[in-house]
Amino acid sequence: MSMFRFGYVAGPVIGALWCALMAIVASICVSFATGEGLRPVLLSCLIFGAWLGFVWLPDGGRSRGQRIGWSVGLAVVPALAFWLINPAILGAEGTSTSTIVMAWLLFAVASAWPLEIMLRNLPFGGATRHEFEDAVIRFLTGFGYVFFTAIVAVPFYVMLMTSLKNQSELMQNPLDFTIDLSKGWGLFRSYQELFVDFNFGSYLMTSFYISVITVALTLLFSVPGAYAVARLRFRGQKAFSRSILLIYMVPMIVLALPIYIAFSMTGLRNTIFGIVLIYPVTTIPVALYMLQGYFRGLPAEVEEAGLMDGLNRLQVIWKITLPLALPALASVSLYVFMIAWNEFLLAFMLLDDPSKFTLTRGIASLDSSEIPRQHLMAGAVIATVPIMALFLGLERFMTKGLTAGSVKG
Amino acid sequence: MSDQSQNIGPPTGTGPLAKREARLAWGLLAPTIAIVSAVVVLPLLAIFWISFKPIGLADLRPPAPVAREALRGADDKLRVEYRIRNSSQSEVIRAVTLSDELPAGVTMREADERCSFSGAAYTCDLGDLEGGQRERVSIFVTIDGDEDAAEEAIEGSAPTMTGKGKNILTNAEFTLENFARVFDGDEFWGVLWVTLFYTVVGTVGALVFGLFAALLLNKEFRGQGLLRGLYLFPYVAPVIAVAFAWVILFDPFSGSANALLIQMGVTDQAINFFGERPLALIMVTVFEIWRYFPLSFLFILARMQSIDTDMYEAADMDGASPFQKFWYLSVPQLLGILSVLFLLRFIWTFNKFDDIFLLTGGNAGTRTLTVNVYEQAFAVSNIGAGAAVAVVIFGCLLLFSFFFFRTMSREEGL
Repeated sequence: MSMFRFGYVAGPVIGALWCALMAIVASICVSFATGEGLRPVLLSCLIFGAWLGFVWLPDGGRSRGQRIGWSVGLAVVPALAFWLINPAILGAEGTSTSTIVMAWLLFAVASAWPLEIMLRNLPFGGATRHEFEDAVIRFLTGFGYVFFTAIVAVPFYVMLMTSLKNQSELMQNPLDFTIDLSKGWGLFRSYQELFVDFNFGSYLMTSFYISVITVALTLLFSVPGAYAVARLRFRGQKAFSRSILLIYMVPMIVLALPIYIAFSMTGLRNTIFGIVLIYPVTTIPVALYMLQGYFRGLPAEVEEAGLMDGLNRLQVIWKITLPLALPALASVSLYVFMIAWNEFLLAFMLLDDPSKFTLTRGIASLDSSEIPRQHLMAGAVIATVPIMALFLGLERFMTKGLTAGSVKG
Repeated sequence: MSDQSQNIGPPTGTGPLAKREARLAWGLLAPTIAIVSAVVVLPLLAIFWISFKPIGLADLRPPAPVAREALRGADDKLRVEYRIRNSSQSEVIRAVTLSDELPAGVTMREADERCSFSGAAYTCDLGDLEGGQRERVSIFVTIDGDEDAAEEAIEGSAPTMTGKGKNILTNAEFTLENFARVFDGDEFWGVLWVTLFYTVVGTVGALVFGLFAALLLNKEFRGQGLLRGLYLFPYVAPVIAVAFAWVILFDPFSGSANALLIQMGVTDQAINFFGERPLALIMVTVFEIWRYFPLSFLFILARMQSIDTDMYEAADMDGASPFQKFWYLSVPQLLGILSVLFLLRFIWTFNKFDDIFLLTGGNAGTRTLTVNVYEQAFAVSNIGAGAAVAVVIFGCLLLFSFFFFRTMSREEGL
């Protein structure tokens, strides 16, 4: 380990890893942007990165001349590597020069600039534990941002871009995500067809009002329940609050089977009423659990003052606890809305009639070989965008509320 | 003195106030208990019941006599004819009767000897119907007035049928065959192994990536909120949308991932990511990690932000390095939430159904226990066997929750 504590070892190692990563990122980005193939050559990238890591090390006791001299002298190594092995990024067959140049530019900027920041405080010679670990942490941070952003953004990007293409374009070059802006509104043909021919407007409405009803019913049942569990003393309180959690853990597929049988027998299958009946029950335990955690955190003294002033318990809940718990109610509502909006299994099993489909059930019906897949992806975008927008708008509520139930402190 | 002091002191037992509070509590909880037990406890009992029953998808509808009514023939052959059959091919229906009424303007001339009349109404006693048996009942009639109207009136009214069929759901026939089938052969152990791999790797992976993401975002900078929202995307988006996006991205024939890998020279020919063993299982697990790291990230971040900063300042004064601070200060503080999250996620991943169902449908060695429930009940049409798998899952769940509550009471005092 201690060998790595020297700047002239740690710098090139970090540089090599970072440049290899950036070569891959640059190739993927430019490929996705132009549809032309690019090939990062890992060995060359590693050698080039190691040199760059060496170059960016601060003076650290060396004279400026020494530093420049060594850096220029060692430039021979990556140059040789590029010549003997391959340049760090190659074009595949048929890739135009401009694409390769673009990839190289992106690669150079993405390698050099962050690397300079990472290695800024790493001395050339022996580094203290602090300096060394700081450099490593800056590398890991940079890696983390790139990695997480990529894994989250790529599927969404693919989803969005696929929905704007047509079948022949997709088959011709799956890598090509450029969109032909000259088509104008024609780009949105899949969306238009979904709304006109596939009834997605009505699915959207169904999903929306089922979700809203679910939220209303869930709050109606879970607020009194959560208050009772959090505030009132009664025998079996502890057992009860555990059994809430236990119900929260029962797998849906286990319940779905008898519910399917019962609904088939009573004629509730294939009705919106049946769905509205069943959704709140799946969300009540979650809401109860989250709300009771929040209610516990509220000061009991305020409520006791209300009791002393002659309010009864129900009035206390209505006039004191609920206004205080408004942020929690907002986040629970948002969470329950999300669960109902995204619910797939029950809708899939219980709804067969296309006029009663929810959005998720509607998307599932698009999954057939006769329907082009840009329609499927357009359906996915239609389902994702509203819930994402709601979420990004109310993200602060969500973070607080979701974690309030179980995290103390 | 001493007598008095014994009588003072706090009251013991439940006083009227405490009783009233408890009554109110149960009152507030009653609606929830009622609805949850109706939809959770009853189905659970039903699952136990069904798992001991030899029942298939087709048996959900109990056998019943079915009749079709028509006006046939002409002149002296003019008759109301019922064609009756047993809806089940195998089960006997006992004491089948048919009752109907002749509309006005239609009079009976001669009836089947099994039928007895009282005015215009009549009841026919058909005895037992074997599985798949068909019967005919004819009532010769004369029609006064418009024949078409009479025909419409006759065929418009459905006869009332009664009969006692064996309902497999409610009778006392039990079998252990479902469980024997579930535990039979290598299949069960294969499924169990897949479930355990998926659960353990998926849970640990989601925790590790969640911790990493939380460390990244545990500092104030511009755009932190936006990035946090973006990282929640896999968790918030509907599972059906992201699962199909993955399927299309990794499609062996026209997927972008394969095109990219081929262009990069990583592979010569397309890889069937969701169709090959053991790659499909790995991909499904990666999807699980991808989809649920945001949840652990949220919880861990919330816990991190509640850690006292004084401690880190003290550590700085003592010259602790960043890794030392992480290892000796943060990790012990996070251990509680990490263990709770591990158990919660473990249970939830174990219960997960939609993800695998949408990605591979349980093919290519990705069939977990939950997918097996669906497979047995609907693909093989054996509801009893599906229920038996569900009972096994429920047993595992009870076992896990036992550990969960032991940990929870240590960590949270719940």
